[in-house]
Amino acid sequence: MRRLAGLLAAASLALAAGHPLAAPYDYRLEPQAVGDGTWVFIGTLELFSRANGGNIVNTGYIETPAGAVVIDSGPSKQYGEQQRALIEKRTGSKVARVYVTHAHPDHFFGDQAYADVPIHALPVTCAGIDANGEALANNLYRLVGDAMSGTQTLTPQPLAASGRVEVGGRTLRLITLAGHTDADLAVLDEKSGTLYAGDLVFAHRTPTTPNADIAKWLAALDQLEAIPFKTLVPGHGPVLKGPAAIRETRDYLRWLDAMLKEAAARGLDLPEIAELPIPARFRDMALLREELSRSAAHLYPKLEVQALKRIKPDPQ
Amino acid sequence: MRHHRHTMLRTIGLWMLAAGLAAPAWAAPPKDPLDSPAWPAMAERYLAGKEVRFDNAVRVLIPDSAEDPLAVPVHVDASALGDVREILVFADLNPITTILRYEPTARVKPAIGFRFKIQQATPLRAAVRTGDDVWHLGGGWIDASGGGCTTASAASGSGLWKDRFGEIDARLWTPAPNQRRLRVQLIHPMDTGLAGGIPAFYLEELDLVDADGTKLAHLQTFEPISENPMLSFDLAGHGKVLLRGRDTQANRFAVTVSP
Repeated sequence: MRRLAGLLAAASLALAAGHPLAAPYDYRLEPQAVGDGTWVFIGTLELFSRANGGNIVNTGYIETPAGAVVIDSGPSKQYGEQQRALIEKRTGSKVARVYVTHAHPDHFFGDQAYADVPIHALPVTCAGIDANGEALANNLYRLVGDAMSGTQTLTPQPLAASGRVEVGGRTLRLITLAGHTDADLAVLDEKSGTLYAGDLVFAHRTPTTPNADIAKWLAALDQLEAIPFKTLVPGHGPVLKGPAAIRETRDYLRWLDAMLKEAAARGLDLPEIAELPIPARFRDMALLREELSRSAAHLYPKLEVQALKRIKPDPQ
Repeated sequence: MRHHRHTMLRTIGLWMLAAGLAAPAWAAPPKDPLDSPAWPAMAERYLAGKEVRFDNAVRVLIPDSAEDPLAVPVHVDASALGDVREILVFADLNPITTILRYEPTARVKPAIGFRFKIQQATPLRAAVRTGDDVWHLGGGWIDASGGGCTTASAASGSGLWKDRFGEIDARLWTPAPNQRRLRVQLIHPMDTGLAGGIPAFYLEELDLVDADGTKLAHLQTFEPISENPMLSFDLAGHGKVLLRGRDTQANRFAVTVSP
């Protein structure tokens, strides 16, 4: 009885202090070196699940004498807290600022851990987080569960814009693009030649398209390939030297676009797309079937209507 | 959450099953491969009095989970069965379970494509009645974050219908001799009546008629069909197809689609 009373007391204390009762989720984050002073936390090549706590994403940081610059804060408050604690322990100083690359939930829901730090994002990204943050959080709670405990939307500020910025003597180049979403920010660390490409680039993992504009995305990939970088950190998948991941993403998007347009011109129904053959070169990409089905749902409705003709009503 | 809900509904389902045992004699439905809590109620409502078989010959193409709860794509193909008289599509756990009833003639492939609004994770089933009065069932579970049926068309959808109500986009393909694929989109809000203050208003009937006046197929559509319904049909023969539709407010839609 006394033990039960003690537990109840602890529970009510926890509630009073606003702490979730769920056990903390340990993301076991371990940064990997990318270049001179640039780091990445590699996520799994999976869909959101309770087991992975939403850690399906790459985030990273750039060391500077004035503190680290964090690229994306991850899928949950707990992820952001663990990410920040690890970075500050390793660098020995407070994080200087955060850049959020785009308004997808696996990239910004750790922002709460940086409430006392400037969190920079593009204006359209901030507006998107403002408008859709709650719905995105609800869906992540459903898919990920306890690891999301305490996570709420925190709209980034201040606004980011394209151009060079200096943090602790280190020059970063901010590149404003679009295509994966309405606003996608890429960050180049000039000293190391590390390009944090956000979700404009996927490596060995099928790209996702819930808010994509394929034509803009392909144009963005051309711009990224023209940037002099050495190593690319994709939003999902392994870090690769050179433009291999850009080319892989471009190849897939071009095929996807052409395949869907041809299906619409032939009069296929949406579920029939999943039955079409997939070129062998894409078969090793993680989550191919799942993402292809989702992409068809996102992109086909517009294409199939374009393939129809307006019919004048018959006289009645 | 989902587990708890299932447990609760399963209890209700068991109660319904118990009630069913005392009801007039008809063969108990076979065990549901989808293990749906609402299966006994669905079987009694839609299939009572006839033999029921779960049958792989009924192909139902659905996504594992609803990417857009307002428009879940479904394609049903029962052409592996002969002599199909009726295809009835329903979703066990939707607030309105009946989605469509399609009656193809022998000149039409027993297959149909459409989109529907999903409210929560549910089995989606196609029950196909053959000439020997047997129901053949296919389908599967679709996971969903929900909200499809109680979301107002004006708040969530394209709003296209305000300017373009009743307009029809369509096209007739001839993929092979004596084969026609017809795709049709009607601009219509398809309001379910479940969104606050917005009464039910939806397409109810659609007839497909051949150029010579022969009836090809009759389709009844219900509230869960998505806004601006996009329908796919496969027909034998060649040449034009006439479409004759009517909604719940007696608006009539009539077009002729040429190849």
